[in-house]
Amino acid sequence: MEKQTALELKGISKYFGSVVANKNVNLSVFKNEILSLLGENGSGKTTLMNMISGIYFPDEGQIFIDGEEVIIRSPKDAFKYKIGMIHQHFKLVDVFSAAENVVLGIDDGEKYNIKQVNSRVREIAEKYGFEIDPQKKIHEMSVSEKQTVEIIKVLYRGADILILDEPTAVLTPQEIKKLFGVLRKMREDGKSIIIITHKLNEVMEISDRVAILRKGEYIGTVNTAETNEKQLTEMMVGKKVELKIERVKTDFDRPLLELRDLIIKKDDGSTAIDGVNFYIRGGEILGVAGVAGCGQKELCEAIAGLRKLESGFIMHKGESIVGLPPKEIIKKGIAMSFIPEDRLGMGLVPSFSITDNMMLKTYGEGKSPFVNRKSARERANGLIERLEIVTPSTETPVRRLSGGNVQKVLVGREIESSPNVIVTAYPVRGLDINSSYAIYDILNEQKKNGVGILFIGEDLDVMLALCDKIMVLCHGKNMGIVHAEKTTKEQLGLMMTGALDLNEQKKDKVFGKAKDSNLTEEQWSAAEERAEAEKEFKEKSDD
Amino acid sequence: MTNEKTVREPLFHISKRDTLPWWKCWLIRIAAVFAALVLSSLLIIVLVKKNPVELYASIFNGNFGSGTKTWLTFQDTAILLCIALAVTPAFKMKFWNIGAEGQVLAGCLASAACVFYIGSSVPNWLLLVIMTVCAILAGAIWAVIPAVFKAIFNTNETLFTLMMNYIATFLIAFFLNKWVKSGSGTLGILEDGHFPVIGDNPSLLTVLIVLFFAAAMFVYLKFSKHGYEIAVVGESVNTAKYAGINVKKVIIRTLILSGALCGITGLLLVGAINHTLTTSLAGGRGFTAIMVSWLAKFNPLYMILTAFIVVFFQKGANQLASDFPTLMTKDFGDIIVGIIFLFIIGCEFFIGYAIKFRKREKKEKTAEVTE
Repeated sequence: MEKQTALELKGISKYFGSVVANKNVNLSVFKNEILSLLGENGSGKTTLMNMISGIYFPDEGQIFIDGEEVIIRSPKDAFKYKIGMIHQHFKLVDVFSAAENVVLGIDDGEKYNIKQVNSRVREIAEKYGFEIDPQKKIHEMSVSEKQTVEIIKVLYRGADILILDEPTAVLTPQEIKKLFGVLRKMREDGKSIIIITHKLNEVMEISDRVAILRKGEYIGTVNTAETNEKQLTEMMVGKKVELKIERVKTDFDRPLLELRDLIIKKDDGSTAIDGVNFYIRGGEILGVAGVAGCGQKELCEAIAGLRKLESGFIMHKGESIVGLPPKEIIKKGIAMSFIPEDRLGMGLVPSFSITDNMMLKTYGEGKSPFVNRKSARERANGLIERLEIVTPSTETPVRRLSGGNVQKVLVGREIESSPNVIVTAYPVRGLDINSSYAIYDILNEQKKNGVGILFIGEDLDVMLALCDKIMVLCHGKNMGIVHAEKTTKEQLGLMMTGALDLNEQKKDKVFGKAKDSNLTEEQWSAAEERAEAEKEFKEKSDD
Repeated sequence: MTNEKTVREPLFHISKRDTLPWWKCWLIRIAAVFAALVLSSLLIIVLVKKNPVELYASIFNGNFGSGTKTWLTFQDTAILLCIALAVTPAFKMKFWNIGAEGQVLAGCLASAACVFYIGSSVPNWLLLVIMTVCAILAGAIWAVIPAVFKAIFNTNETLFTLMMNYIATFLIAFFLNKWVKSGSGTLGILEDGHFPVIGDNPSLLTVLIVLFFAAAMFVYLKFSKHGYEIAVVGESVNTAKYAGINVKKVIIRTLILSGALCGITGLLLVGAINHTLTTSLAGGRGFTAIMVSWLAKFNPLYMILTAFIVVFFQKGANQLASDFPTLMTKDFGDIIVGIIFLFIIGCEFFIGYAIKFRKREKKEKTAEVTE
């Protein structure tokens, strides 16, 4: 069968100042096809897609749709050419229902009829195998349901070319399977689908062809059936890479950090962490798996002293750190780094130079009223050299660095302070392969030095390879702690959604209480009694 | 597929520039001033049919027409600069303190009260010390009240500081009524509590004091631990907490500093310049100072320049109105000054962004298509 070209790009370039985001990119997508767009972070995938969907305007080059040259100046133009993009960060109104979000912004001159909309949404959902309730409000939805709404929104507008920007990053393995089913049905229906992803196994599974970008340049397109993960990686990185994460064998020390009966609330007062026990030994990496927003952030903040505990204990080397100010916790050698979705958020000041960011936690040292920029600059230079951070100088604002280098600065600084416990959440979020491996190496090195590491991650494959044990959270509850060597992705997926609760399976076992705890059982119960008494006293004085 | 409407590339699009070398930045700024002068000249010729050079000479004379005028320009610049320096640390922290007016007035009231009540019974040097202490305290108290409420109850500091301005104004009105027995509400010249005069130049001391503050503020913000904390809190409160910074303490401490400096401005207004007390001593400069601070991107050294530019044009507009009373009202002077300001501020956009026009050859091609 002759394949029909749906979308073709010729010589597309885009510059931001002297930064080349895309250079001379040629790309075509056929009808009835799923094309994967593969590339390291900062290789210009999202920029390219934004030009097709009308958010950016190309500096050079032409776009053809169905063989005709078009100029796409705005998302409205893109919609006219039946192009729809599903962004990584959802753009939905929380208090509206699914159907209301779907029709929001459509101006076809027709009278708004919510019943009709509801039934059309249902029709589309049935056709492609989605599960959705059009009247459900967005804020009551899970991440995967929200994504469904975004996809239907685009289909409702009659899109024939769909672009999905890292759609699987926020989904569980089971949800990914479902999404892929839907995508295949769309392909049968004659749609063209471009999917951006980092995960090679997904590329192999879902796509017909793979287009590869490297540093903004178009490298080539290969048929998925005729390639393998190794070849793709080499095209993407430009050199051979060893695709194996090492799990370093160490002798575990006694528990460094022991947490028991933790109850932590979110900002809105709902429960984030609900009666969780766990401990981290020196020389051990404990992974934390869970769907987005199931208490990971609150847990990190509580350990760093940034969030109050409702109740429970955090013992560091047998001493309670509950209620200590963040400064004291930093001094005890507990380093926390949380990489939020926008990747800068907490931990680094975007407009500050690397030097100034180096002294974020140590600027107060010494008696002088002035900051010691000289020593910070030396440390910054050391870090740049050791971690191969790409930057014009130590005085460059970190906001100007690429994602991988920003994270190296953050993780590097945390390790610089020679901590004994590292709490790190999403340290490789959005990083390319090389940078990710650099971060894993750093963590493994720390593990060898006897540091206890709490690794909160997204990618289950990585966690299975890197961690010693994995704790699974679901709605703030501990679903069980498993040995990474003895579990599977499927089991973790079931635990993440709450379908499998090991606490129920093994009623005689209590997860997360160390046998060789730093405290004796008597001491623990004494601490509990003390907490009880304090609580009672507080309640009384409140009356 | 409909293709006619969007077949043309947009006429121009905007893209972000790299950092320009400093001389190019200044070239753009000078070009902007020049362009503003050309446009203003056209307006002058068309609307009031005058030689523009005459009007520009008048603006210049308003500032530097005589030795006294020159020093008055410097003195006014110094006062505006001092208030701008005072609001800067708070603004850098993203604490929107628009209460500088009230904080200055509180300083004025405190200094004048010292002179009024104990002026004749203590030696002048002691009086000056007491005035300084009281002015600093008054300014600091005026600023720290909203800061405490912000730190503890997270109240809106903009509204709070604004309302504190009115309280300060009416407090002065109250005391003037109380002090002046005739009921006229004008205090007249205070005999005591005058600052020493260097040589025979009554403005020099004020100018020197404020220049010292500018240098000190520059060092404080850039090199001190406090300055570092202010910058971190301003960028992100969450990051500051993460770094172990006591955010409440920083807010309160910074506003004490901010208010104290406003208080000192009030002290200078009463003790070194006006030697009296009225409700209009600050004269809106508490608000103008915010613009001065922003224009200088919170850099105390640049602020010397921005404060001067603002004062220069204000004085120029006044001079225009008095030199050409038959030709125009004060409004026309303000229009000219407004145009120049617009260009000066507007040109910063062209420093950050480049505008790329549609290529000519393409234009011809699309023209063919439409034919």
